[in-house]
Amino acid sequence: MLKKSNLILVTLGISLFAFVPNCKKGAATATLASDAASRVYVAPGEKDEVYAFLSGGFSGQMSVYGIPSARLFKIIPVFSVFPENGYGFDEETKDMLKTTHGYVPWDDSHHVEASMTDGKQDGRWVFLNANNTPRLARIDLKSFETKEILEIPNTAGNHASPFATENTEYLMAATRFSVPIPQASVAVDSFSKGGFKGTISMVKVDKNTGRLSIELQVLVPGFDYDLSRCGKKKSHDWCFFSSYNSEQAHKMLEVGASKKDKDFILAFNWVRAKECKDQGKAYNFGGEYVNNFREENKPAVSTKLSGVKMLNPKDCPGMMYYMPTPKSPHGTDVDSTGEYIVGGGKLASVIPVHSFSKMIEVKDKKEHHSTEIEGIPVLKYESTLAGEVQKPCLGPLHTEFDGQGYAYTSCFVSSEVVKWKLGTWEVVQHLPAYYSVGHLSIVGGSSTEPYGKYLIAMNKITKDRYLPVGMELPQSAQLYDISSGKAELLSDFPTVGEPHYSQMIPAKLLMDKTAKLYPLEENKHPYATKNENEARIVRLGSTIHIYMTAIRSHFKPDIIEARTGETLYFHVTNLEQDYDIPHGFAIGGAPNMTNLLIMPGETRTFKWVAPKPGVYPFYCTDFCSALHQEMQQYIRVSP
Amino acid sequence: MKTLLFQTLSKRNRLLILGVGLVLLAVYLIPIWSISISAPQYPEGLGMHIWINQITGATPYDLKNINLLNHYIGMQEIVSESIPELLFMPYVLGYLIFGAFVTELYPKVGMAILGIINLIFVGLVGLSDFWRWEYNYGHNLNPEAPIIIEGMAYQPPLLGCKVMLNITACSYPSYGGMILGLSLVVLVYILWDENRRKKSNVV
Ligand SMILES: [Cu+2]
Repeated sequence: MLKKSNLILVTLGISLFAFVPNCKKGAATATLASDAASRVYVAPGEKDEVYAFLSGGFSGQMSVYGIPSARLFKIIPVFSVFPENGYGFDEETKDMLKTTHGYVPWDDSHHVEASMTDGKQDGRWVFLNANNTPRLARIDLKSFETKEILEIPNTAGNHASPFATENTEYLMAATRFSVPIPQASVAVDSFSKGGFKGTISMVKVDKNTGRLSIELQVLVPGFDYDLSRCGKKKSHDWCFFSSYNSEQAHKMLEVGASKKDKDFILAFNWVRAKECKDQGKAYNFGGEYVNNFREENKPAVSTKLSGVKMLNPKDCPGMMYYMPTPKSPHGTDVDSTGEYIVGGGKLASVIPVHSFSKMIEVKDKKEHHSTEIEGIPVLKYESTLAGEVQKPCLGPLHTEFDGQGYAYTSCFVSSEVVKWKLGTWEVVQHLPAYYSVGHLSIVGGSSTEPYGKYLIAMNKITKDRYLPVGMELPQSAQLYDISSGKAELLSDFPTVGEPHYSQMIPAKLLMDKTAKLYPLEENKHPYATKNENEARIVRLGSTIHIYMTAIRSHFKPDIIEARTGETLYFHVTNLEQDYDIPHGFAIGGAPNMTNLLIMPGETRTFKWVAPKPGVYPFYCTDFCSALHQEMQQYIRVSP
Repeated sequence: MKTLLFQTLSKRNRLLILGVGLVLLAVYLIPIWSISISAPQYPEGLGMHIWINQITGATPYDLKNINLLNHYIGMQEIVSESIPELLFMPYVLGYLIFGAFVTELYPKVGMAILGIINLIFVGLVGLSDFWRWEYNYGHNLNPEAPIIIEGMAYQPPLLGCKVMLNITACSYPSYGGMILGLSLVVLVYILWDENRRKKSNVV
């Protein structure tokens, strides 16, 4: 085992070694395939092969790119307000950002998960976590819109989330920051005395509607649970969670949490957990949380919920086992066959691979247990080990699989991607990354059937890669072609926010299912106006409801009268039934409200309190037609 | 000539006429004519179907979108109700079908000739009416339209394609129209066949 000081020396040594040869040619040209440009070129009018959904990191959004061209198609607001289309501002969507902490219009979104059926991507939904204010979102892949957000109670730092089981039966969400559960003001040093706990939440996904609900929480020892991946095929019943700080340090974690040679991967049998719950072994536990759901073309409904079922591991034997894993593991990734669980020890000098079959064989044999932590048996490292990739790189983090028997591991410290072979554990290729790579993503790489043609590496640092743009440089993703024996760098591209993780889905799975419009006759919005003849103004005391229609190239009603202090609700229905003809709606100088983008057949509501007397223009913001610039009118406000 | 008119149709030709009558029933269920429109901003195209009793879009939204495009140039809105011909066209078709069934009871060559005359008459009246309809839509423009181009009319072609501003409009018979045309061909064939039969009988 390497001491910390040695590790730093090795880091420096390898960094020097890695950069000296590059200096001659310049990093920019290193290992770039000679015909790379033609392989990422998508001619005008041609379509990309793959959709890449990149989490937005600290932007709280999700971005959609085309691969291989790396063109940015869309930013989907999830946990952040979005002035471009009014998400989080208007009466329809602002309740999406409600939490028990109030309105939280931002988050830190790390992991994208794609829904699966039989372990294969099914193109129905993608899910995204909110780390800061624990939440989990479902994004519909017909409309590419956020349809549901579920807050997770009794947790802090929803980082190991949302990882789906093979049929999307459940999404797993686990605590990054262990905290007192239930929350209480206790001395922070009681962390080291076991006063802090973690939870693993099983979030149920309704098979037909996708609706989210908390099935069960499991109270686990107070470590930091970092990432997760659920099993597949034979390991279907299991999910695996990496954990660090098993030292339970509570200050200067940099040192305190890096002491032990091994931390753990927690193997969790969720089928067994459900069984124990059904047998009544879980108990009622508190916890307030909010569920926000937005049905097609209707205002979001925010529901306050309280209480969950909580289960203690000691009450459900056979549910959980700890597998020691060197050292501060980040990734815990299950290969496409469901047999290998690969740990990514941030500070480890090997990539440890556990064998699922070995784990099953030894898990209940006492001689393979080294100890027990709060009712959870700790298995011996060697008992579950399938093999170790020796000296792969520095800082192995996260592994994805190409379905051809190869694994790709990102290495943060040595800034590279290593390709190695499952079974023989030998490294076959080192691919430089520019720079400090976090997660990797292969098309379908976390499913049972990877479409292993492209790999992107998501990098944290881009010094010298692009034109400098002030102090904050873009983060970037790097695209490799992994279809042949030797992976080749094709391109890199700057990204929005911090692209933390991504799911890539073949275009053919999604492109023909995309919604084009909301059929007007199906519009059940309570304030819909489906016909220009029904456009009207309804006064209720000092509240004015304006049932407004928008169509190329006018609004109706077009002149509105109000008095200072009156509240106006503009319920705007876009009467268009044509693909790609949204209308915008904005009032000059409106505070607390940005813009609305109203899709064809959709109704959205803009709340406005009439300000001081004057005449205020309102207009369409989305260039909709030849007479778009004429699509404007006035509100007169009298004293 | 007179002998031909009253010559009894052969069994096979009677069956053919019965077939024509039955196939014509389908014209109630499918469009007769189609106009398709394409423009740079409509790569997927827009289409309009003319049926025996109504006008519809090729997709549920096309007619609405054609009207939205047309409103810039001040064209009246295209709605089935604005075309009174569509009110009695179903009866005209019914008359043709009725004729085919009457022929089964009175299977004379003259009836087939009557059918040919009827079909040609209906076809000519229908096409000229269609042209007139297109003419009116294309020429009777709202003088207050947002876009007015001196000397420009927007009459779609009767048959074939035509470019108007940036829009290419194509007009062709649809399946119903083809059935009507095919019926005429079948009747002409029957007449030719009966005439040949008469000659061979005489010889
Ligand atoms: Cu507009």
